[in-house]
Amino acid sequence: MALFRTARRIAAAALLLGTSVVAAQAASTLETVKARGKLICGVSMGTTGFALADAQGKFAGFDVDVCRAVASAVFGDPSKVDFVMTNINTRFQVLQSGEIDILSRQTTMTYSREASLGIDFGPTVFYDGQGLMVAKSLGINSAKELDGAAICTLPGTTTAQNLADFFRTTGKKFELVVFENPDENNNAFFSGRCDAVSSDRSDLASIRAGSKSPGDYVILPETISKEPLAPAVRQNDSNWRDIVSWSVWMMMAAEEKGITQANVDEQAKSTDPEIQRMLGGTDDLGPMLGLDKKWGYNVIKQVGNYAEVFDRNLGEKTALGLSRGPNTLWNNGGLLYPPPFR
Amino acid sequence: MSPIVLLRNRRVRELAYQVICVAAVVAVGWYLLSNALANLAKQDIATGFGYLGREAGFVISETPIAYEPSDSYARALLVGLLNTVKVALLAIIFSTVIGTLVGIARLSSNPLLSRLMLFYVEALRNVPLLLYLFLWYSVIIFTLPPVRQAITLLPGVYVSNSGLVVPAIIWNSGFWVAVVAVAMGVAAAVAWFKFVRHRRITTGKALPGWPVAIALLVLPVVAAALLFDISGDVDWPVLGKFRLTGGAHLKPEFVALLVGLTLSASASVAEIVRSGILAIRKGQREAAKSLGLSDGQAMRLVILPQALRVIVPPLTNIYVTTFKNSSLAIAIGYPDLVMVSNTIMNQTGQAIEPIALFMLTYLILSLLTSVVMNWYNGHVALKERQS
Repeated sequence: MALFRTARRIAAAALLLGTSVVAAQAASTLETVKARGKLICGVSMGTTGFALADAQGKFAGFDVDVCRAVASAVFGDPSKVDFVMTNINTRFQVLQSGEIDILSRQTTMTYSREASLGIDFGPTVFYDGQGLMVAKSLGINSAKELDGAAICTLPGTTTAQNLADFFRTTGKKFELVVFENPDENNNAFFSGRCDAVSSDRSDLASIRAGSKSPGDYVILPETISKEPLAPAVRQNDSNWRDIVSWSVWMMMAAEEKGITQANVDEQAKSTDPEIQRMLGGTDDLGPMLGLDKKWGYNVIKQVGNYAEVFDRNLGEKTALGLSRGPNTLWNNGGLLYPPPFR
Repeated sequence: MSPIVLLRNRRVRELAYQVICVAAVVAVGWYLLSNALANLAKQDIATGFGYLGREAGFVISETPIAYEPSDSYARALLVGLLNTVKVALLAIIFSTVIGTLVGIARLSSNPLLSRLMLFYVEALRNVPLLLYLFLWYSVIIFTLPPVRQAITLLPGVYVSNSGLVVPAIIWNSGFWVAVVAVAMGVAAAVAWFKFVRHRRITTGKALPGWPVAIALLVLPVVAAALLFDISGDVDWPVLGKFRLTGGAHLKPEFVALLVGLTLSASASVAEIVRSGILAIRKGQREAAKSLGLSDGQAMRLVILPQALRVIVPPLTNIYVTTFKNSSLAIAIGYPDLVMVSNTIMNQTGQAIEPIALFMLTYLILSLLTSVVMNWYNGHVALKERQS
């Protein structure tokens, strides 16, 4: 509820007012997480494919699996995570104030966020971009044809700014209706109050998957912004940031090396020296970050490689039906390029 | 004098308590502020109001004043503030009128009418406004057709789930002459009614009210039209590719918010009006009737003026609440002060400053409302006759 969210934001501001400076200078995040016995991960308020709780309250999704991978790396157990649903407006404050350890919430890495919000981003886990979706019946093939249209959107981040920039550069006018609540936003689009809805392309696929007849809607080809989605952690804890980053890269490297959930035990016997280092066979890479020697093995065994995580949550066979697009390994013409494990 | 002796002095003691009290409040405030600043600095979060002058870069769907994305954040905030004031003021006016009628009808001797009004009041008072806003908005966007199948009420008047569109007039020249002419007509008509009333009270003679008043209203306009060059074009709404372009638009977000605020405030106003009327002794009505006044006249001339004294102070509360409740606009996409502030928070990453700013603005709006209502209360309060 909007009221609740605004209250939440004010509470977050109040937290900044009240938290004593001394208490905030606590132990490192890794120590805190280990002492607590579980990871606390901030995810979205329910987005098909990225983070959604089932009837039993068990979370699943792409963003959820990123946190599970970190839990596997730290504890060797992907279930040692508590998921907290974070509001799009308060997500950074919740991270800053220490309520969560990782923000894994379809969040775009930008310069000003990195520079002014007191947070650090990990590697891009999903290359996204803001797009526009319309009803097929409009007979439109390009966002450039949307002159004079009404567009619905959520207040998130720079969504409104990107739209204004896009229409200013093309010299077109549009009417923007901003909703605080995703349900109201979707209702306004599906009822025809708005001609188009704008969000990250992955999110549009999610909205479409949730409609009564997904076939009636089409996502226009234009990508009007770059949205590299990445997990975020608090600034000035490089050890924790490294753990999050390398957990993500471990999944990408596993895909590159052909290591899967199914064959990881077999691969552990491989003679490839990098695979040996990744899975904790030879070198002790784990302890350098304060992790177990077998952390990489655990991540792949328990969560899977990048391709498995993508296909399970977002891929062609899911309701979202997203193709890999730019989220393909570099040697297949994509943008995923995990640094070497050595 | 030693300090002990000084403390025995009552006035010194009283002063000391007050100084300690103020010092404690200042100290707590200082602690919170310095803590926040230290935390912000430690977490490398930008602070200050420097962002206000920067380019806003987003569009706002409803702009009472000219606004472009290239304008500053400060101007965007002003647009949000004007939207808040616009919807809240209209809701206050409508809810006062509707509430007064409902409050009187609640006391009607007709059981159907009074029960119906009881239901109206209880249904609106006992459900959170936010839920009503979702309801009204859903009713508008789901029951009305999309804009391409808009219903044509009259030529040029369209209703759809994107709102009401009517023809607008674009003035080519003489706009202010027309405004002055209309204002003069209204002033003359009001003056005429005052004169008629004065004349009736002093001499008992009745003069024609309405015929002369209408003539006074029309004359300046006709004169202005003959003497000056007043011309304008009618801007007819046209169905474009997506939307109706041209004409004046009433957006569904605004309508849903106005309806929600008006109805829920009107229920509270009705109860206040009812209590005000019940506070007037029965003898007043009986006396009025024995003078030959009808029921309506007794209500309008005798009871309501006295009831106002009871009604006005709690009414101030309702008005202040209406201003504050208008911030629920964010739930249904109306760009009020809070929504614009939210967008700014998202874009700048600064939360404390915009929140402080809109809290201060609501405080000022509430205090202004109180000042105006207190002045009005002083105006209607019982004036003891000096004999």
